[in-house]
Amino acid sequence: MKRRAFLKAGGALVVGVALGDFRLPVAAQPMPNADRFLGKPLAPDQVDSFLVIHADDTVTMFAGKIDLGTGGRIALRQMVAEELDIPIERLAMIEGDTALTPDQGRTSGSYGVARGGVQLRQAAATARQTLLALAAQKLGRPAEDLEVADGAIRVKGGGASVRYGELVGDKAFGVKVDPKAPLKDPQRFRFIGKSLARPDIPAKVTGRNRFVHDLKVPGMVHARVIHPPIVGATLRAVDESSIASVPGTRVVRVENLLAVVSEREWDAVRAARLLKAEWTGGTPLPDHATLFDGMKAAKVVRQQDVAKKGDLAALSAPGMRTLNATYRWPMQTHGSMGPSCAVADVGTDRATIWSSTQGPHQYQAIFARLLGMPRERVRIIYMDGAGTYGQAGAEDAACEALLLSKTLARPVRVQWMRHDEHGWDPKGPPQLLELRAAVDAQGAVAAWETRAWLPVATANLPGVPLLAPDAAKIEQPQGRSTGLIYQNVDPPYAFGNMHAGVNWIADAPLRTSAIRAPGKIANTFAVESFTDEIAALAGVDPLEFRLRHLTNPRGIEVLRAVAARMNWQPRPAGRAADRSAAVMKGRGLAYVHYKHDETIVAMGMEVEVTRATGAIRVIRVVCAQDCGLAVNPDNVRSQVEGNVIQTLSRTLHEDVTWDRQHVTSIDWATYPILKFPETPAIDVDVVQRLNEPPLGAGEAGAAPVPAALSNAVFDATGVRLREVPFRPDRVKAVLGGS
Amino acid sequence: MNIQLRVNGTPRTIQVDDPDTPLLYVLRNDLDLTGTRFGCGLAQCGACTVHVDGRAVRSCSTPIRAIQGKSVRTIEGLGAPDKPDPLQAAFIAEQAAQCGYCTAGIVMTARALLDSNPHPTEGQVRDALTGNLCRCGSHARVLKAVMRAAGGRS
Repeated sequence: MKRRAFLKAGGALVVGVALGDFRLPVAAQPMPNADRFLGKPLAPDQVDSFLVIHADDTVTMFAGKIDLGTGGRIALRQMVAEELDIPIERLAMIEGDTALTPDQGRTSGSYGVARGGVQLRQAAATARQTLLALAAQKLGRPAEDLEVADGAIRVKGGGASVRYGELVGDKAFGVKVDPKAPLKDPQRFRFIGKSLARPDIPAKVTGRNRFVHDLKVPGMVHARVIHPPIVGATLRAVDESSIASVPGTRVVRVENLLAVVSEREWDAVRAARLLKAEWTGGTPLPDHATLFDGMKAAKVVRQQDVAKKGDLAALSAPGMRTLNATYRWPMQTHGSMGPSCAVADVGTDRATIWSSTQGPHQYQAIFARLLGMPRERVRIIYMDGAGTYGQAGAEDAACEALLLSKTLARPVRVQWMRHDEHGWDPKGPPQLLELRAAVDAQGAVAAWETRAWLPVATANLPGVPLLAPDAAKIEQPQGRSTGLIYQNVDPPYAFGNMHAGVNWIADAPLRTSAIRAPGKIANTFAVESFTDEIAALAGVDPLEFRLRHLTNPRGIEVLRAVAARMNWQPRPAGRAADRSAAVMKGRGLAYVHYKHDETIVAMGMEVEVTRATGAIRVIRVVCAQDCGLAVNPDNVRSQVEGNVIQTLSRTLHEDVTWDRQHVTSIDWATYPILKFPETPAIDVDVVQRLNEPPLGAGEAGAAPVPAALSNAVFDATGVRLREVPFRPDRVKAVLGGS
Repeated sequence: MNIQLRVNGTPRTIQVDDPDTPLLYVLRNDLDLTGTRFGCGLAQCGACTVHVDGRAVRSCSTPIRAIQGKSVRTIEGLGAPDKPDPLQAAFIAEQAAQCGYCTAGIVMTARALLDSNPHPTEGQVRDALTGNLCRCGSHARVLKAVMRAAGGRS
C-alpha cells in the first residue's frame, strides 16, 4: 500500500503540497487550527479527502455537506463513528470549506444524510478495511482473526493489539473510497439509530455558537447596501453630502451597486438611512391581484408529461360524476430570522469569503468566474447562518461583500437589514394547478388529470442570478432557478387513467429560487386535497379511499399508523360538520411519497374553525414518517416538527405582496408568520428501517401539511380552501358563501 | 458621550458618538457579546432580547442613552455550555433548537417570565413568547423546555 507521508511543521500537520503564495488571513477557518490541513486531498473519490486519523487516535472528518441547524453535525458523526468503531467524542468535524472539504454538492433536497452521510460512511468503511489490512501486517495475523473496538484492532479472543493512531497517525491513507467496502451489520450498530444529543445545542442556547454574523476580521469595514426602489433601476446620482453628519463613513459605488461603509456598524446603518440617491428607470412589476390570471394567460413555452397512464375519455363519458378544481399557491419568502450576512476579503490574486451559503463549492466556481480568478484561489468558508430552507440572500450578500472588498482592497462585512431580506431575497415561485376527475357509479376513479402552470427553470444555470453582478454590470449567466417544482403533480395512487403534466411558463413576477421542498408542498396540497374531494363525492371515508388505491406496503403502514394514533373512526369527510356551531371541529388526512421514490409520510390533523372570525386553530398534528434508515430518530422527529410548523405558517399566513415598483411585504408585520400561541400538539412516529438506506428527513414532512389542514377544515365546515394562505378574512368569506 | 452601565454584573463605560445607538450594537460590537442577535431592528422578532433591570427588552430598539446607570443581562450572563442555567439545561434536554439564531432571544424572554412567575401555565408561556419568532419550527420543543424548567408538564 502506498502511503504518502504528511509533513509535520511546527507541531501542526500539513500535507506535502507547497501552498505557494496562497496567503490566507489569520485563522480563516472558525475552527481552531483547521488551517493546518490546507493542501490535503479534496477529490471525493479519496478516503483522505474525508478523514484524517491522528496519532492520538482522534479523527477529523471533512464534510462538503453542512449542518443548517438540521442535525447533520451529529448524524454524519454517527455514521462515521459507526464504521470506524471509535468513541464519537473523538470525532472533530469540519464542514463546507472549499479549501478543506470535498465537494459533495449543495446541501439541499434532503440529501445531507442520504447522499453526503452515505458517502462519508463509505469512506469510513474503506478506512476501516484499510486499517484492518495494516494491522494484519503489523500483528502478523490474517485480518479474519482480528476485531475492531474503540479505535484499536486486536486479535480475537485477546492478545496483541494496535491502535489506529499507531497505524496511520497523521499520515495519508492514499486509497480510493471503495464502494464495496463492507458496512457494519445493523445488528451491531452502536451509534446509528440512536438519538444522540446534537453537539451544537449547548452553544446555541448559551449564546456561544458563532454565526457568520459574528465574524470580525482585522481591518474589516461594515457595509450597508442600498438596493434600488425598482428592480433594475439605474443610479443617476448620489448626494454624498447627505451623510456628512456621520463621521468616518463613505459611499462606495460600482455602477448601480451602491453602499455605505464605516468602521462602526451603527454609523453604516445611519448613513444608509440618510443617503440621498436618485434612481431612474427599472422594470415595473405585474399586478399582484391578477397573479394567477396572468399565469393562466401566459404563453406556454413547453409542455411536459410527468405521468401518463390510460386515457381521459371518462371525463366526458355519460354516467360519470365529474369534479374539477383549481388550487393556487402564492409567492413566499424564505423568511430567515437573521438577515443575510457575509464577510469577504478579496486581494489581487486570491479571495476568502465567509458565508452561510448552502452551496460553498457551487458558489466558489461562480465567484471565481466573477473575479476572474482560478477556482482554487477563491476560498468559501461556511459559517452558520439563520435557517433559510432554500436559497435566500446569503449568496447575494456574499457577492456584494466580495465586489465591495475588491473595490476597497480591504475586508468588508455586508449585513442586510430586515427590509433587504424580505424585499430582495429570491422567492418561492407561484404555482397554479387545475385538476379534473371522473368517478364511476361504484365510487372508483375512472380518470384523473393534473395540469400545473409553473415558471420554468433555466437549464444548466450554475446558480441563482445574483443582484450584485447585475447592479455592477458584470456579466453573469441569466435565467430562472426554482428547484424541481414539477415533482408530485401526479397522485401516488393506482388510478388506471391518469395524466399529470406541466404547462411551463416563462416568467414569475419576482426573482425565484428553491424554497423548502420545492414545488412539492403546493403540488401535494392540490393532489391530496383533490383526492379528498373525490372521496367525499364518492361518499367514502378518506382513509379507506386512500388505502383502496395505494399499493406501496410502506405507504399503507404509515397511513394505518396515523389512523391508529388518531383513533380514526371511518366516516365520509364533511358529513359531521355542524354548520350552526360557533366553533366547528374536524379532522383531515394527507399522504405523500416524496418525489415518488424517497421518504413516505402520512399526516393527520385535528382543527377548529371559528365561524364568526374565520380563524383556524390547529389542535393536533399526527405524523408517521418512513425515511428508511433513521440515523438519529429524535433528530428526524425534530425535522418533522419543524416541517409541520413552518409549513403551517406558510399555509395559514404567508403571501409575498408587491406594488408596481417593489415588494411591499418587507417585515414581520407585513409578512406575518406563525407565532408561539398557535403551536399545535405534534405527535411523530418515525418508522425505523435499519436495513434500508436513509431517504432524507429535511423536507418530506412539509409536503402533506396544507392538504391535511384543508381536508380537516372541509371536514369541520363542509367548505374547501383551495388558495393559500388560509387567512381568517379569506376563510370567513368562503364560509359566508357556503 | 459616556454611558455607565452594568453588563452581566460588571460595571462598564461605553463611549458613543450617537446616543441613539441601539443597545444591540453596543453589546455585539463594543462588548463582543454576540449571543444577542440582530433579527429585524424593528422590535418585531425578539432575537435581540436582553434584560434591563430584570425586564425583557428589545435591544435593537433601545437607545443606549436609555440604559445610563442600568443593569443589563445578556444570554452570556445566564450560563455557559459546560454550566448552563436550569432553563438552558432544559433546552438542551429537549434538544429545543435548530439553527439556533432565535434561541438566545427566546431563552431570555422565557427567563424573564420564570423570574417573575416561576410556575407558569403552558398558556402563559405561549403568550409570553408571542413576540419571539422562529423560522425552523422549534416551537413545540421550546414550550416543553420552558415547562420542564418550570417544573411542570406541558
